[in-house]
Amino acid sequence: MSTAVPTVKRTAVYVYEAPLRAWHWISALSITILAVTGYLIGNPLPTLSGEASDHYLMGYIRFAHFAAAYVFAVGFIFRLYWAMVGNRWSHQLFTLPVWRRSFWSELWHEVRWYAFLEKEPRKYIGHNPLAHLFMVVIITVGGIVMIFTGFALYSEGAGLGSWQDRWFGWVIPFVGQSQDVRMWHHWGMWVIGIFVMLHVYTAIREDILSRQSLISTMVSGWRMFKDDRP
Amino acid sequence: MPTTETFYEVMRRQGITRRSFLKFCSLTATALGLGPAAADQLVQAMQTKPRLPVLWLHGLECTCCSESFIRSAHPLVKDVVLSMISLDYDDTIMAASGHQAEAILTEIRAKYKGNYILAVEGNAPLNQDGMSCFIAGRPFMEQLKEAAADCKAIISWGTCASWGCVQAAHPNPTQAVPIHKVIHDKPIIKVPGCPPIAEVMTAVVAYLLTFERIPELDRQGRPKMFYGQRIHDKCYRRPHFDAGQFVESWDDEGARRGYCLYKMGCKGPTTYNACSTVRWNDGVSFPIQSGHGCIGCSEDGFWDKGSFYDHVTETRVFGVELNADRVGLAAAGTVGAAVAAHAVASAVKRARKPGEFGDSAPGEGSGDQAKNQTGERS
Repeated sequence: MSTAVPTVKRTAVYVYEAPLRAWHWISALSITILAVTGYLIGNPLPTLSGEASDHYLMGYIRFAHFAAAYVFAVGFIFRLYWAMVGNRWSHQLFTLPVWRRSFWSELWHEVRWYAFLEKEPRKYIGHNPLAHLFMVVIITVGGIVMIFTGFALYSEGAGLGSWQDRWFGWVIPFVGQSQDVRMWHHWGMWVIGIFVMLHVYTAIREDILSRQSLISTMVSGWRMFKDDRP
Repeated sequence: MPTTETFYEVMRRQGITRRSFLKFCSLTATALGLGPAAADQLVQAMQTKPRLPVLWLHGLECTCCSESFIRSAHPLVKDVVLSMISLDYDDTIMAASGHQAEAILTEIRAKYKGNYILAVEGNAPLNQDGMSCFIAGRPFMEQLKEAAADCKAIISWGTCASWGCVQAAHPNPTQAVPIHKVIHDKPIIKVPGCPPIAEVMTAVVAYLLTFERIPELDRQGRPKMFYGQRIHDKCYRRPHFDAGQFVESWDDEGARRGYCLYKMGCKGPTTYNACSTVRWNDGVSFPIQSGHGCIGCSEDGFWDKGSFYDHVTETRVFGVELNADRVGLAAAGTVGAAVAAHAVASAVKRARKPGEFGDSAPGEGSGDQAKNQTGERS
């Protein structure tokens, strides 16, 4: 029952440790850069005139994409490490308690809360079950898909025999061919982009309407509860 | 007798000078990326080794591979290669026909058991018991399996044999399948392209016969020396790509100035082939050089990867063709509108029922932690 509120009455809990909060904001920044530059790689800006030697626009856009991708990937590996050494909520991103009946009932309750069918949401120290589900599916699974397809595409430029090719080159024939990998990577951008819209909206909404803090928590790490009822 | 003659003897008999022969050897060694020392090896091998017999089968195909092959840029190349390989069976270009021709197949199989090369152009249809491709009164599939049973190695010529190509494109009515899907127990060299570049074909044969081993292949069975890089990696228009200079529409200023064809759907960035280095017709040109994007003809299933003229192509999911950008934008718009509506509904509901909906207690906000800690509420 790590996700449920403990019976010990507390009004503030230190949930998100500093390295985890740093990871969150670094990932947020890198995802933003990745989505914008990724879209522009698929749909480049209007053509520039003059000599090729006068510009390096596409080169800079691709550089920004690759740099942000490395930051995101290294951050992801760090996040995996932190899931092991961090506090009890740090591994939520990588575990989904689907075997627990309470997870499903609480998930349903949360869905009803968003459908205006519940007067009051439940309290959660970590993620609520709905948020938890989205986090695991979009950030963990989606992040892994984007890292694997992304490095596979990067390996095409890095060349045969590069470490990117040895580790991720198999993804291309596994998916089909290079164009397929590109298109799925591009779909992934939209999936994550739409998740970000929902994520930001629900964070603001829950910060106002739910019984606990959200936005300040992602800055300070402390989860504040607005009432003491269970 | 083809078995006693060496490649060199055959060449000399065909009137090729020693000087031309040496030029061919150094050219091929360079094309294969083997360095100057290998040219001597090639010379040595060709002067001493007897020719190896090759059976060249034609399944479901259009013969563009053969057409490409006999148009090798260097006139010498085709002479040499056609002489080098003892092309004992090739139903498109051989003089023999009927039972006489088919007898050669049986003879070669018995005489050179495990020692001949099987070159396959086209592929085998599986539907209707292989009825869509009949050779000598039998399904091609049977001929292929028999010829493959005793061969040393197989060359899959072109995209048909390597990936399936147009006859295997959706919905693939004859269920045409590439060679590696039906022959599993022999080494297969894929030389994709529709057609493959002539010089690539001859170089692969030259390598195979000279060194008596298969050239280094990539993960998907293509020779690394020709399919190790994408068209895009060696494209002479690449500087325009990096600069952000694109052809926006046919015949615009960018097209006239030779800018990058990426926005016109050029598949150079996703296609592994040697067109941008070896080029075609004696190195005269290649599609991008003539102002049209690459269509990706050497890639698996290139007919079914959406338009040749889009970069962001349609994705076929559950039988429906979808474009990531169009669906993504529509979804983002819908979600955005839904979020706005939900936000308004939440605000209205809260304003109507203060203290009931999402408002834990009137006058008690997140800043009232001290109060929470001291004062208990029922």
